[in-house]
Amino acid sequence: MNLATISLAYLKARSLNTLLNILLLALGVATIVLLLLATTQIDQRMRRDAQGIDLVIGAKGSPMQVILSSIYHLDVPTGNIPYKQALEIAKHRAVKKAIPMALGDAYKGARIVGTTHDYLAHYDAKFAAGKRWEKPLEVVIGAETAARTGLKLGDKFHGSHGLGDAGDAHEAHPYVVAGILERGGTVLDRLVICSVESVWAMHAEHLEIKDISDIANAMKDEEKEYTALLIQYASPIAAAILPRYVNNNSAMQAASPAYETARLFSIIGVGVDVLRGFALVLVFSAGLSVFIALYNALNERRYDLAVMRTLGARPLTLLLLLLFEGLLLALIGGVLGLALGHALTEFLGHALRAAQQISVTGWIWVRAEWWVLALAAGVGIIAALIPAWRAYRTDIAGTLARG
Amino acid sequence: MFAVRQLVHAYAGKDVLRVDEWLADQGAQWLMLGPSGSGKTTLLHVLAGILRPTAGQVSVADQDLMALPPSALDRFRGKHIGIVLQRLHLIDSLTVLNNLLLAQYLAGEPQDATRVRDVLASLDLGDKTNAYPHALSHGQAQRVAVARAVVNRPKLLLADEPTSNLDDTRCMQVLDLLLAQARTCGATLVIATHDQRIKSRVPNHYELTAQRHESRAVT
Repeated sequence: MNLATISLAYLKARSLNTLLNILLLALGVATIVLLLLATTQIDQRMRRDAQGIDLVIGAKGSPMQVILSSIYHLDVPTGNIPYKQALEIAKHRAVKKAIPMALGDAYKGARIVGTTHDYLAHYDAKFAAGKRWEKPLEVVIGAETAARTGLKLGDKFHGSHGLGDAGDAHEAHPYVVAGILERGGTVLDRLVICSVESVWAMHAEHLEIKDISDIANAMKDEEKEYTALLIQYASPIAAAILPRYVNNNSAMQAASPAYETARLFSIIGVGVDVLRGFALVLVFSAGLSVFIALYNALNERRYDLAVMRTLGARPLTLLLLLLFEGLLLALIGGVLGLALGHALTEFLGHALRAAQQISVTGWIWVRAEWWVLALAAGVGIIAALIPAWRAYRTDIAGTLARG
Repeated sequence: MFAVRQLVHAYAGKDVLRVDEWLADQGAQWLMLGPSGSGKTTLLHVLAGILRPTAGQVSVADQDLMALPPSALDRFRGKHIGIVLQRLHLIDSLTVLNNLLLAQYLAGEPQDATRVRDVLASLDLGDKTNAYPHALSHGQAQRVAVARAVVNRPKLLLADEPTSNLDDTRCMQVLDLLLAQARTCGATLVIATHDQRIKSRVPNHYELTAQRHESRAVT
């Protein structure tokens, strides 16, 4: 018998009311946790995917679309850029590293990215099996792609034109899986990666090229195209020179990942803020509901409180009893909310994975969750303050004389 | 054992209780008699240390209650004074066992389930240990209330109108119970009552009169 068991007994005695309060609080906390986990992970993954990429050069169009299509592989490209112009930019003295990228095909929803080995190195890709591609049509697949498509080492498959599943299959040239990457938590996980030449080879029929083993030399430079260039600056000054140089001197455009993702987050941010506000309203109503429940219960319990005083309880003991009851409700609701939030995040993660989007998981712990728990506990204690104060002031003799 | 001297309690400007002197020995058994409105409950509350009178001296077990700071008085009450309230007021959310453990916990005594079971068994409540108060008959509930009052072996056992609304047989049973339990603990017993049926069973009487707020001891 102690404050905890007494509080629990009282919560049990009003089980329906207790359930309602716990549920309200749990829903509020779960919503906050869901937002916290999802935004933290999306933010983290987007930062990680864009890390070390200072500038993306693509065809003219929406700069955000350029970033979304070439870094995150979430949108369709704005178009292609001429090989010779791209080469010119890559050789610019302000450029430290330029990773070319040719997009346009997909396999079962996983995008096929024609690029160089630098792209793998950029994300520190490690192989779970096999090795890098060496000749055209050899591909490396990400861990998620492997899991979802069931492709294994040495498997052959046909890419289809377009980024969805609807495009015509490139029947002439099957790709072959040369390597499978370890899960790295980057965009590579959900891609099929190969050389730029492999992507060019898919369209070789139009150019009437029969032998694709040396396609880079077989094609005329004018016929070659990239979709984008991922640029790393040679020095901070490059940020002042290069974007202007590209935008003014070519038919291409330069987009800054940092700027565009910040813009994207500020757009998403409005929705997140609305949801967060909604969650706070839930938590606040839970607090109010706990307050009303405890306050009403005081009337039913005034004899109990007086009796506890006659049994030797100090006023402080009754104060603590009520505070503890509020805290206990809040903590049960809070912990349940955390569990629910994680479960919802995991569920959302599954839905996103199925939709080929940035994946999130419920199996992580964010330090800010302690604050959410503290918020719940605080709400419980504050809701119990006035009832606790009234319990503290119980007039024993007066109460008992009336009853 | 307890001594009340020159006690006055006023409520809303009027004296509701006046006691010149009332002395009781350890283990003595008293009836506090008087018509309703004579201040029986008030005096009982003063003896129990849950009401500070306007003026006067109250000491229980050689302890001047008026001199104790509030929290020490709470502790003293829990340890040394047992009260059976008129309406019993068991805690409905707790089992019989926990009602008694609560008395030990709130008095700051070690929680002793064996002692609790012994007391319940002595009151023929052995099979009601895990029952909730609402499942008890009135007689059982009253016995639980007595058990809760004596579980800490009080030096002073107070009962407020324990026999009102009971038929003659029940009335005597309850009285016997209180007398026996008080004897077992060696506690001084004070029963506040206006029930004339039990007058002859308790040796010491203290009468309060309502009209003139005067009182006299009849031994």
